[in-house]
Amino acid sequence: MLDRDIVAEYKLDHDFLSEIYALPGGREIKKCIQCGTCSSSCPLSYVMDHGPRKMFSLIRAGFREEVLSSNTIWFCSSCYTCAVRCPKDIKITDVMYALKRLAVKEGKTKGKKAVVLSRNFARMVNTYGRNHETELMARYILEADLLHALKFVPQGWKLLVNRRLPLFPHRMKNMDQLKKILRKVDELGEI
Amino acid sequence: MKYTYYPGCSVNATANIYRDSIAAIAPALGLELEELEDWNCCGATAYMSVKELMSFAISARNLAIAEKHNRDVVTPCSACYTVLNKTNHYFADYPELRRKIGQALEAGGLSYSGNIRVRHLLDVICNDIGYDKIASLAKKKLAGLKVAPYYGCQIVRPDSGFDDPDEPTTMNRLIEALGAECVDYRMKTACCGASLMGTQEELAMRLCKNLLLDAQQNGAHCIVTICPLCQMNLDVYQGKINARYKTKFDIPVLYFTQLIGVTLGLPLRDLGLGRLAVKLTKPMKRIFEGANNG
Ligand code: SF4
Ligand code: SF4
Repeated sequence: MLDRDIVAEYKLDHDFLSEIYALPGGREIKKCIQCGTCSSSCPLSYVMDHGPRKMFSLIRAGFREEVLSSNTIWFCSSCYTCAVRCPKDIKITDVMYALKRLAVKEGKTKGKKAVVLSRNFARMVNTYGRNHETELMARYILEADLLHALKFVPQGWKLLVNRRLPLFPHRMKNMDQLKKILRKVDELGEI
Repeated sequence: MKYTYYPGCSVNATANIYRDSIAAIAPALGLELEELEDWNCCGATAYMSVKELMSFAISARNLAIAEKHNRDVVTPCSACYTVLNKTNHYFADYPELRRKIGQALEAGGLSYSGNIRVRHLLDVICNDIGYDKIASLAKKKLAGLKVAPYYGCQIVRPDSGFDDPDEPTTMNRLIEALGAECVDYRMKTACCGASLMGTQEELAMRLCKNLLLDAQQNGAHCIVTICPLCQMNLDVYQGKINARYKTKFDIPVLYFTQLIGVTLGLPLRDLGLGRLAVKLTKPMKRIFEGANNG
């Protein structure tokens, strides 16, 4: 929860804004006029700790902790409604992605199931070159949602009886090439 | 017309009925789809959430291979469409990123100059082949069938370029060309929750419930989709939504290619229509099977 009292200047993180500026498209948030079009268009703002408009205001003021640990970034479904409506053409969805990555990097992801899903997805791709949906679901349930594993059964069953749940992965052939590309990215460092 | 075809991972798995229906209708439409050799996953929204450069680099590998053929790339998946397109846009707009992607590709013996156009299958079928041709090929008419087009998010946003982000009409016109009645409803571009169905089921189910309700209240017999994830959420989860919200939805959720296939007179089985989670209703079956003489 946001501290409603006046937050002392020294508590704010003034480097946060420059970090966001350094991301591709990040500098754009300077142009935000706080009109609220994004938050009012967002199908999920009603459950977010802070809607996208408020997120930008928090970023600019240096509320690092509030931003990176908010549920907002993980509830964003990447529907791009806000982005196409923003009068200032800010790539809001892409800023949300950037915040996801920053939160992952800083380990602010406790209890965030979307992170488990994303991490396992990346693992599928790094192993097979393609996503193996069945294995991804299984790994995700084991790691993030074992307690509720049963709730996935009826849907999995429907896919299975309709022959829509392949048991074996499709692999690409030239994994060697893909690995070389991935290794090079590691060397170059993320952006 | 010949295109480089990028199916994407879902189309080969949980959306295999989409794959089958595409394979069934392509020859009849004169659509030559040559699968991109040894393609890899586009990265989807999930990869982008953990690694940005990696996500762009693997996505660009596909484009680099496609460039050898110098044809438009066409994909039936809205998420692949958005990701591959976004890679192109960022590649053009951010020199620093372009340099790094270039270096990464080079390590794999590839290069990309940024000249491949990525298109969604809906765009290609409706705008290259055209409504008139599709209508003229129809052996069956779907008279009496009320169809709600569901566009979802990622085909019209962020920068589709072939239709309006809020009021798209491409699929509306297709439905009419097929002789069915197009149901207009507000939520046609609303979000289905996408992968939140895995991570925040309650939220995604509520989005889908509202969507189904809107289509139902406007009299839709079925919904037609263009994206594997939308289809899965609305079709496979419909039973669970009914149980959760005490609703009685019985709305089959088809791929647009399946509907085209029906009018082309192809056997329903070849179109994967027997493998929907929400089965075709009796009146729909009657229209699909009986309209042969139309
Ligand atoms: S719509 Fe754009 S300008 Fe308006 S508050 Fe949101 S980000 Fe800022
Ligand atoms: S992209 Fe994210 S923040 Fe923007 S409207 Fe969609 S869910 Fe909301």
